[in-house]
Amino acid sequence: MDLLNAFIALSNYVLIPGIAYGSQLALGALGVTLVYGILRFSNFAHGDTMAMGTMATILMTWLFQSMGLSLGVLPTALLALPFGIAFTMLLVLGTDKVVYKFYREQKAKPVILVIVSLGVTFIYNGITRFIIGADDQNFLDGQRFIMSARDFKEMTGLREGLAFKTTQGITIVTAIIVVALLFWFLNKTRAGKSMRAYSDNEDLALLSGINPERVVMITWMIVAALATIAGTLYGLDKSFKPFTYFQLLLPIFAAAIVGGLGSPVGAIAGGFVIAFSEVTITYAWKKVLGYVMPEGLQPDGLVQLMSTDYKFAVSFVILLIVLLIKPTGLFKGKSV
Amino acid sequence: MTQTVKNTILFAIIALMIIYTGFAQSWNSALLIIAMGLISSIMALGVNLQWGFAGLFNVGVMGFVALGGLAAVLVSMPPTEGAWSTGGFAILGALALGATTVVAAVMLMKRMAAGTLRTLSVIAVLVIGFFIFRALLDPAVQAVEAINPAQTGYLGGLGLPVLISWPVGGLFAAGAAWLIGKTALGLRSDYLAIATLGIAEIIIAVLKNEDWMSRGVKNVIGLPRPVPYEIDLQNNPAFVERAAGLGFDPVDASTLWVKLLYIALFAAVLIVLLWMSQRALHSPWGRMLRAIRDNEVAAEAMGKDVTARHLQVFILGSAICGIAGAMMTTMDSQLTPGTYQPLRFTFLIWVMVIVGGSGNNFGAILGGFLIWFLWVQVEPMGLWLMNLITAGMSEGSALKAHLIESAAHMRLLTMGIVLLLVLRFSPRGLIPER
Amino acid sequence: MSNDPYGDRGNKDWSVGNAKGQGSIMPKASGKTHPAPGGPFLIGDGMTAGYGNGPDILHDCTIAVDRGEIAVIVGPNGAGKSTGMKAVFGMLDMRKGHVRLDGEDITELSPQDRVAKGMGFVPQTSNIFTSMSVEENLEMGAFIRRDDFRDTMTQVYDLFPILKEKRHQAAGELSGGQRQQVAVGRALMTQPKVLMLDEPTAGVSPIVMDELFDRIIEVARTGIPILMVEQNARQALEIADKGYVLVQGANAFTGTGKELLADPEVRKSFLGG
Repeated sequence: MDLLNAFIALSNYVLIPGIAYGSQLALGALGVTLVYGILRFSNFAHGDTMAMGTMATILMTWLFQSMGLSLGVLPTALLALPFGIAFTMLLVLGTDKVVYKFYREQKAKPVILVIVSLGVTFIYNGITRFIIGADDQNFLDGQRFIMSARDFKEMTGLREGLAFKTTQGITIVTAIIVVALLFWFLNKTRAGKSMRAYSDNEDLALLSGINPERVVMITWMIVAALATIAGTLYGLDKSFKPFTYFQLLLPIFAAAIVGGLGSPVGAIAGGFVIAFSEVTITYAWKKVLGYVMPEGLQPDGLVQLMSTDYKFAVSFVILLIVLLIKPTGLFKGKSV
Repeated sequence: MTQTVKNTILFAIIALMIIYTGFAQSWNSALLIIAMGLISSIMALGVNLQWGFAGLFNVGVMGFVALGGLAAVLVSMPPTEGAWSTGGFAILGALALGATTVVAAVMLMKRMAAGTLRTLSVIAVLVIGFFIFRALLDPAVQAVEAINPAQTGYLGGLGLPVLISWPVGGLFAAGAAWLIGKTALGLRSDYLAIATLGIAEIIIAVLKNEDWMSRGVKNVIGLPRPVPYEIDLQNNPAFVERAAGLGFDPVDASTLWVKLLYIALFAAVLIVLLWMSQRALHSPWGRMLRAIRDNEVAAEAMGKDVTARHLQVFILGSAICGIAGAMMTTMDSQLTPGTYQPLRFTFLIWVMVIVGGSGNNFGAILGGFLIWFLWVQVEPMGLWLMNLITAGMSEGSALKAHLIESAAHMRLLTMGIVLLLVLRFSPRGLIPER
Repeated sequence: MSNDPYGDRGNKDWSVGNAKGQGSIMPKASGKTHPAPGGPFLIGDGMTAGYGNGPDILHDCTIAVDRGEIAVIVGPNGAGKSTGMKAVFGMLDMRKGHVRLDGEDITELSPQDRVAKGMGFVPQTSNIFTSMSVEENLEMGAFIRRDDFRDTMTQVYDLFPILKEKRHQAAGELSGGQRQQVAVGRALMTQPKVLMLDEPTAGVSPIVMDELFDRIIEVARTGIPILMVEQNARQALEIADKGYVLVQGANAFTGTGKELLADPEVRKSFLGG
């Protein structure tokens, strides 16, 4: 029984990747849940908004790299991130003005906005592929590992190595900062409270003098920032491919719904629930069980509950189970 | 002008565009557009049934179409030698056990009183059942997949005539729709859209992974056909003679003839389904559906079982999509799970329904043809446009190469713009509901 | 082109849209005010109004209230009481008539601008932010104020002591009577020139109703005129300085509360003798 090695293996293959992926999903789900709570429709274009934001960041990164700018050990993409966010903000505000505003003024039912967002997805996807192509893009530079598996093994003398990638570290730190900022904004500032009020009771908010257009504008700007950050972190960690971002819609929506649509806390919890479910169910537990189980009971096969190709299917099954047991989600979908 | 005249003109415009393609490009591509247009129309008809009549937002069309394709494989491919004896029955046994476990869990949930005991028992049943299921399934799957993996490596089908697979595809889709409908529609909170999206993902994932069922990503090729093979036609002297008489060489004639036969078959199916849908539209059943759709609370107050009706419509619409899926796989002669992508299928069908006119069967068909036509033709048109724009640029310029290369991505952009324009200026679609 | 081509299709699907808290007020364009000195502090004068392109609901109706007064609008069901108050607040299409507040003709202003001019309005339903705390509700009430409103908040807490106790609790978790107090408190945060209440005691138990009326009298004592629509005619008229009985959208009886309570016609027709 080698618990220490088991724990290290668990951390290396399950805990750390799960936390990183969970943070990325949480940021994505936060964007979806904000639009749902305040603008009252499911934004199918969120995945491709993430793609557009990441694309802008990549282009700026390449520009910076060609100019010789860099951040040393950290990826240059972090330097380009504010520009990516600015671009995405302009993009979504423009889309809102040209597309969504018309339906909002007519008080169109949410389903129309969802179908419209579908059209917006197509357009974003087309533009992204048009500008940057449909292939994989890798834009990570700087130091790859904060702690590589080899260094760890040398330091501790253990059999199992613990690799902690720079991108994972950045993801976790950024996610914590962004979430803290968002919650401070929503709960402590006048503008944030006005957004929560607008989400809670639109008529009363209007009567209280809250300007609906301003609320909508701030919402889109926050969503753009969240989408760009989530997309860039995901792209740095894995790689950028426009199609992948569309596929991410399913786990992101699953996370938002599991946590309770409209609840930011729920979105974060949901992100981690989905991420850990995906990672644990598709992980080959043979190694960890090998350390933990006594000699005779060690497994022969991979002990992988489901193969990795079922990743997205797992998100959905978790979603279905939560909906069967607790239909409004874990956090009762209170408004933003 | 009256509605009928306007509709006829719209259809005529599409026909003209296709005929123009025939002259400008080739008759082969024109006929292919018609064939796929027919299939797309049938899928649009199914989605229209769910959305237009009952207001159900089903984004999992891809899954039902894939099930139809699976049916084509399972019904028409010949059974693999020795697969059934080594592992086939064991697989079926394991699946039956899995289904029993789920049913047992559901029954426990319903019969037992709520509380920790129930939660624990359900979890115990599911966990034990899962492990026994895997213990039975894995060795059987390995045995089956070991049989000639390069060519078969799967159970094979029943070897029945391929046309039977079309209604069977509908049945498969209907079964899946029943399962999803029972859960998603019967739940207190409706979450149909996300549920259907997820189910489609699961079905595709299963198709891609379970090699023993349909070879997964290795694809099943060489599906039997209901129409003659081109090679056979080319070797048939009578056919060659008649083709020469009409002025076609044998290769062209054979491909065109095969396509025409497919078009005839598909059109027959479409006409039958259209006739049934129109009858349903004007029947008391159809009127009741629309009453429920327009004012669900009032309908429920009058005693209509809304959930049951929604389930009926959901199953029927999905069955239609399943039939179309089987037809499509038959025409492709292969099952390629990798091609079932949401952007290509589900959302394209939705664009067809919205643009054509939701709630109107003829609108769905018009939308099917129009959008499919655009989907296919945007690429060559885009290429032509790009060549025109870059005509002034120097050869070998990176920008020129990039622009020409990305003409292929014009499709999605065009679809998005068409959808947004229609939703803005003609939200009821080209042929609105009467 | 209709704004609703798909009717109610797909809208019961929660994964598609969020129907909670969705509003129905269409933001209206706002006009200008004109000076109109003299007359009562607040008066809706000869109002003939209806919703959108619909028929007239109010026919030449006049409602007025002076400083420090409590004016009550009563009448049978469907008489247009709430409609009368909404017309004064600007939520209807006013076809004839004027609304004047504190020497200004505000007929052309939108409801939001009338709030800025000093009208405090408490709707009958959906009148608090249920997911926000009591204190946050009061903060939102003072949203249009740019100055320090802590003094006003203290005043509101003095008026409704139970709210001070529960100020960090979510407003949706309070009892019916307490929620009404939050609703009134929210409206008071703008330091309104006039307070308009739409059936404040609807759905509230008799004891709580008495307490609410006591509080309303206290608010009036601070100098704010109150215009109130009430279903509980008898109790309302007992505290009223001015009473308006509306029948089918027109003034039927007008007088002080005591006069109306004593009037045999009024008592016969709908006070129950």
